[in-house]
Amino acid sequence: MSYAIQAEGLVKRYREHTALAGVDLSVPAGSIAGLLGPNGAGKTTAVRILATLLRLDGGQASVGGFDVSRQPLRVREIIGLTGQYAALDEEMTGLENLALIGRLLDMNRRSARARAEELLEQFELSDAGGRPAKGYSGGMRRRLDLAASLVGRPQVLFLDEPTTGLDPHSRNQVWSMVRSLADEGVTVLLTTQYLEEADRLADRITVIDQGRVVAEGRADELKRRTGGQSLQVRTSLPADLDTVAGILTDLVGRAPHRDEESNLLTVPVEDPVVLSTLVRRLDAAGVVADELALRLPSLDDVFLALTGRTTGPEEITEAPVKEGNLA
Amino acid sequence: MSTAVVSPPARSGSRPGSMVRHGLILAGRSVAKIRKSPETLLDVTLQPILMLLMFVYLFGGAIAGSTDAYLQLVLPGLMVMIALTASLGTGFALSQDISKGVFDRFRSLPIARSAPLVGAVLGDIVRYAVSLAVLLGFGMLLGFRATTDPVSVLVAVLLVIAFGLSICWLSVLLAMLVRSPQAVMGMSMVVIWPLMFGSNIFAPTETMPGWLQAWVNISPITQLSDTARGLMIGGEVAGPMVASLLWMAGLLLVLFPAASWAYRRRLSRG
Repeated sequence: MSYAIQAEGLVKRYREHTALAGVDLSVPAGSIAGLLGPNGAGKTTAVRILATLLRLDGGQASVGGFDVSRQPLRVREIIGLTGQYAALDEEMTGLENLALIGRLLDMNRRSARARAEELLEQFELSDAGGRPAKGYSGGMRRRLDLAASLVGRPQVLFLDEPTTGLDPHSRNQVWSMVRSLADEGVTVLLTTQYLEEADRLADRITVIDQGRVVAEGRADELKRRTGGQSLQVRTSLPADLDTVAGILTDLVGRAPHRDEESNLLTVPVEDPVVLSTLVRRLDAAGVVADELALRLPSLDDVFLALTGRTTGPEEITEAPVKEGNLA
Repeated sequence: MSTAVVSPPARSGSRPGSMVRHGLILAGRSVAKIRKSPETLLDVTLQPILMLLMFVYLFGGAIAGSTDAYLQLVLPGLMVMIALTASLGTGFALSQDISKGVFDRFRSLPIARSAPLVGAVLGDIVRYAVSLAVLLGFGMLLGFRATTDPVSVLVAVLLVIAFGLSICWLSVLLAMLVRSPQAVMGMSMVVIWPLMFGSNIFAPTETMPGWLQAWVNISPITQLSDTARGLMIGGEVAGPMVASLLWMAGLLLVLFPAASWAYRRRLSRG
């Protein structure tokens, strides 16, 4: 497998404070990697090192096969960066903002403008393209900022907390844009404090805390690692609750939690195989279930288990509204 | 959009030619920003106009015997003052770009690291030129008349701009050492005011106490003001001009490396 981003033992120190204490990271080309951690975990520092904005104090890293310390210019030719704060010229129009980047990438006036228009179209900003960026909504700014990092058609894209502070609708837009970029073969490294975001977008997640990697893997692997899967059955008829509870107790060896109001039975399981047995048993008993799910713990649970902390109260109040089930 | 993953040819970001090209593009950005919000030039132009009015009509009679005579004397000096105040804008704008993250975007592009710096400073030439034009225009409305020739006046303007470009590295240096853009402004005023008033822009040196005369006589502001006066209303030019040029060279020699050092340091701290 070819890796678009490879980092070994990244270390970054600021006077007495160690921002990164040996972070390893490998991101396969064309995939989306999530760097998950609370405020101050070192996510932004890692991205800034990989994007050649910061020099590293230890370890090594390469992006697209180019060493970030020795070939920073080559790295900059293939990357795009969207920082935490929209890096826009407020007085300039959306079009001018994008065209400036094109000009700096050595496009002539006409192609810089054409590329800018193409991106405005792609990011549903065509109508606003002629207006100064200061009048844009939060979601529009974010989209324009994202577009700006794509002017040079980067192979590797760094997104530092791309949806922080966005409303759910804008966040979904950004997500689908990131996904379609990955579909086109762009490698994406995104940082987030939103567990849901990492869960939804990233092929693989690296959890960092206090400058160290505390876990790495696919979202479901991480969830499984903390154990605690549960089986959920929702019956169509309240009358069936007792029958199903009996079957579950028989299968798992313990009585399920009953939610009479929503006809929901929940029981912790160790072995996911029980699901198929359950289906057969329900069928044999003639019970109709509206919902049958093996529920993995949420990444919130994982994060708590890994770091001994939740993501912190201020992130929770800011966190996007959960849509649907994580399972 | 299809993303054919082909390794792009090495761009030329490290060559001096591209540094100038990218610097000019970024200078164009600064100019476009001035065009879009000309009010950013207000403080730079309004201040000298107010000073002009105040000094000419309030103190002119007392200092030079008549307001008309004083206008002739003070206007060339006020040009120097404009360059000095306008030079503060360089550090302020840079500091703003850095704290807003605009610099991160630029630095993630394959352009020379110094291109944003070069662009900011080149873009400032336009600010100086516009502010000086406003002052000269207003001064002429009040009755200022250059008694030399247009070429000399042009040389005076260019010299003042050149001075602005050499002293602006001081504000860049301060901007890189101080974090917030507002603090940059505050710090700069502390440096600029003594320089501005410790000169012969407003009053003849002979009227000052000895210790002050000692400084005022060698001050770059005095030397440059004398040069501008000579070039615009007649008088000695050669001596003060040499002194001014030496000052500019000296300022550049000290401030440019210091500012570059502070710039790299600030960026590496991220």
